[in-house]
Amino acid sequence: MTNPIRDIAGADFIFAIGTNTTESHPIIGLQVKKAVRGGATLAVADPRRTGVAELAKYHLQIKSGSDIALLNGMANVIISEDLYNKEFVASRTEDFEAFKAAVVKYTPEYVEGITGIDPETLRQVARGYARAKNGTILYTMGITQHICGTHNVLAVANLAMLCGHIGKEFSGVNPLRGQNNVQGACDMGALPGVITGYQGVGLDEVRAKFASAWSVEQLPAKVGLTVGEIVEGASHGNIKGMYIMGENPVLSDPDAGHVVHALENLDFLVVQDIFLTETAQLADVVLPGASFAEKDGTFSNTERRVQRIRKAVNPVGKARADWEIICGLATAMGYPMDYGSPADIMKEIASLTPSYAGISYDRLEQGSIHWPCPTADHPGTPVLHAGKFSRGLGKFSPVEYVSPDEMPDQQYPLILSTGRRYYHYHTGTMTQRTGSLEVHYGQESLEINPSDAQNLGIGQGDEVRVSSRRGSVVLKACITDVVPPGLVFTSFHFPAVPINRLTNPARDAIAKIPELKVCAVKVESA
Amino acid sequence: MADVTLTINGRQTSVAQGSTILDAARKMGIFIPTLCHDPELSTVGSCRMCVVDVKGARSLVISCATAAAGGMVVETESPAVMEARKTIIELLLANHPQDCLTCGKNGDCRLQDYAYLYGVRGSNLTGAVHQYDLETDNPFIVRDMNKCILCGKCVRMCAEIQGDSVVDFTCRGFNTKVAPAMDTTLAGSECVFCGNCAAVCPTGALQEKGLRSSARTWEVKKVRTTCPYCGTGCSLDLNVRDGKVVGVTSCDGDVNGRALCVKGRFGYGFIHHPDRLKSPLIKKDGQFVEATWDEALGLAARKLGSIRNQYGSDSIGVLSSARCTNEENYLLSKLTRAVIGTNNIDHCARL
Repeated sequence: MTNPIRDIAGADFIFAIGTNTTESHPIIGLQVKKAVRGGATLAVADPRRTGVAELAKYHLQIKSGSDIALLNGMANVIISEDLYNKEFVASRTEDFEAFKAAVVKYTPEYVEGITGIDPETLRQVARGYARAKNGTILYTMGITQHICGTHNVLAVANLAMLCGHIGKEFSGVNPLRGQNNVQGACDMGALPGVITGYQGVGLDEVRAKFASAWSVEQLPAKVGLTVGEIVEGASHGNIKGMYIMGENPVLSDPDAGHVVHALENLDFLVVQDIFLTETAQLADVVLPGASFAEKDGTFSNTERRVQRIRKAVNPVGKARADWEIICGLATAMGYPMDYGSPADIMKEIASLTPSYAGISYDRLEQGSIHWPCPTADHPGTPVLHAGKFSRGLGKFSPVEYVSPDEMPDQQYPLILSTGRRYYHYHTGTMTQRTGSLEVHYGQESLEINPSDAQNLGIGQGDEVRVSSRRGSVVLKACITDVVPPGLVFTSFHFPAVPINRLTNPARDAIAKIPELKVCAVKVESA
Repeated sequence: MADVTLTINGRQTSVAQGSTILDAARKMGIFIPTLCHDPELSTVGSCRMCVVDVKGARSLVISCATAAAGGMVVETESPAVMEARKTIIELLLANHPQDCLTCGKNGDCRLQDYAYLYGVRGSNLTGAVHQYDLETDNPFIVRDMNKCILCGKCVRMCAEIQGDSVVDFTCRGFNTKVAPAMDTTLAGSECVFCGNCAAVCPTGALQEKGLRSSARTWEVKKVRTTCPYCGTGCSLDLNVRDGKVVGVTSCDGDVNGRALCVKGRFGYGFIHHPDRLKSPLIKKDGQFVEATWDEALGLAARKLGSIRNQYGSDSIGVLSSARCTNEENYLLSKLTRAVIGTNNIDHCARL
């Protein structure tokens, strides 16, 4: 997020696109509700009539995957009605003319043909965002999990720059991140192209700095493979061994049947987890890690706030804190790795990472800190891009609408979208074992519109088989107008409903994110 | 804004205009009991516990809702005040189960605290007593309306912080009750079981089911940490008894204040679930067998090492974890790049 969570409550226009905030990020949802209670206008773009859409003045029930057309359409209205922030565009950005030219064709009438949104409604939402004193944009995987995910994000950024709703309080471009420490895992360089603080592996000085600190002669310069590419490599035999810590790709990744095949094809798989997950069951060696309650450390949240976690109890049985296990494995591989505590590891991180340089456990005892925090006396940076963008001028990036990779046809006439439920989390490894959450919400169902259910002769609660070109699952039907005709929806929280056997692994060319929000399926009585 | 100067218990203080007498007293470190007041919620002034004596006023005034004024002379523990507070407690106790011996909130109950403080040993007042059924039909919250003192904090928490307005006052007079629409149970309502109501309930009317049945309030050690679920980063207190996490309670988090969602507050049971992996495992003939750490780490190191030596560093892929700490992700990146020698490291940021 460019802005802190609490800024949302101070916005006077909230544009939430591809985020079911109240369900997937309930506490961030409280800030949205607070803003709405205070008179802010909420516009939600989502194919489903989600909980947050119910709170909105405008629900733009767009066709799945038509986000760029919608966003470019809003920009078209804002430019053609001369509502854009000329001062911001002139002083803070570049390539405006190219962007302006690219959105000319996205008139509200043209956009209606792609998104299904009434032109007048689109105009009202565009005007509302442009005229707001402080407009904020929230998004999550509804924007990113598409073959055009990166372009979707650029289209969001274009809109924010066009109206100058960035680099100040109560505004910004705010992706709400889905996992407790997904921000931190990225910050720490658990990515194929960057080491900590997004320092590129292709830069000689970066590799030299880390090689020296890590006491090795050299570090690899070639950008590595992403999750999907590693799995693909395993299926082709190019990847021979894998080490998986705290991930469950068998349930979380698209085309899960293929993932199982790929992992079985490995010469050696080591999995480190707190449960014998569907992925761990395929391993040659399983290492028992510690839960968040059994170790010290830090998480970095979606607003770049670094916070402590503290050891409350000892790891169960012979389980060990994950940092201790990694140290043990490195040492066993002939590279002695020894730290007294996570605080010592953070010292090393801070010494190598400009954006974390001022962060220490001593400071975190006094309160959490937003990175970038370059020095020990720097207060942290809740709002990014104030006065200047990281790259200097904000660059408008013209982007064009493209259709999703796999659209419905006669054989697979419906679109399947997947997401989260309020009571569960990701692949359910934790939430299916709480003694409470799974008791209250114990069974997954497929949301299907009444008209589709009627056409297919499906009744409420009937068992249905939903199938794509890649696989099928059986689950109960939930007939509801939360989904429009032509769209069905379910979550990936239930091992008994491994919906990712069906999803499409087609990926965004730049970020390599799979298109989990759209694939073609058929539904029939089971 | 101009300050006003007033005298409380013989001492002068200045507070910003608009402050209440309660604000001024708390600023001076003077204790005034409250039941319905909460600084984060709107002021309703319904419980009357916070009454004080203001010189020249016609009657006792409620300090939580009376603005401090220049020249005001306030006594917080005058005989009239003490008598009023005792009477309020007696009235509440007249219709409150006196089962503190088995109540899960024993030791963390404002009514109990004030009964002790003001020496109210029970109630001489007799009259009708509520006989509501205990509500236990959900796995999160036990709701005992017999213990409800109608302070309305849960009503305001649900409306003003959670923003859901699931519960409100129903009926009138003695029959007044906090309930969801149509007086259903919480499970039968739109309630999402965030438990934020239970976090502010001053008595045992709303109790966290797991926590209050596993430990007395004084037996738990609270450990401040960060929620392990979504990316919001809510702060919470793990309640630990005998080396086990038995519950979660709110603290004043930088991100979330006291608010939590159902997963943060009630989703802790996995920590001690019997399915937890307790030993390293090595697969032999298709079956996992328990191994020592030395055996497991030794085998992993040998196998990864030999694959690296035979097929090259880039024949190994590593998946790090958005669930683990910064320090762990850093170390795994270090191991992947410095020890294995590849940049093939990623995690589920895209999923």
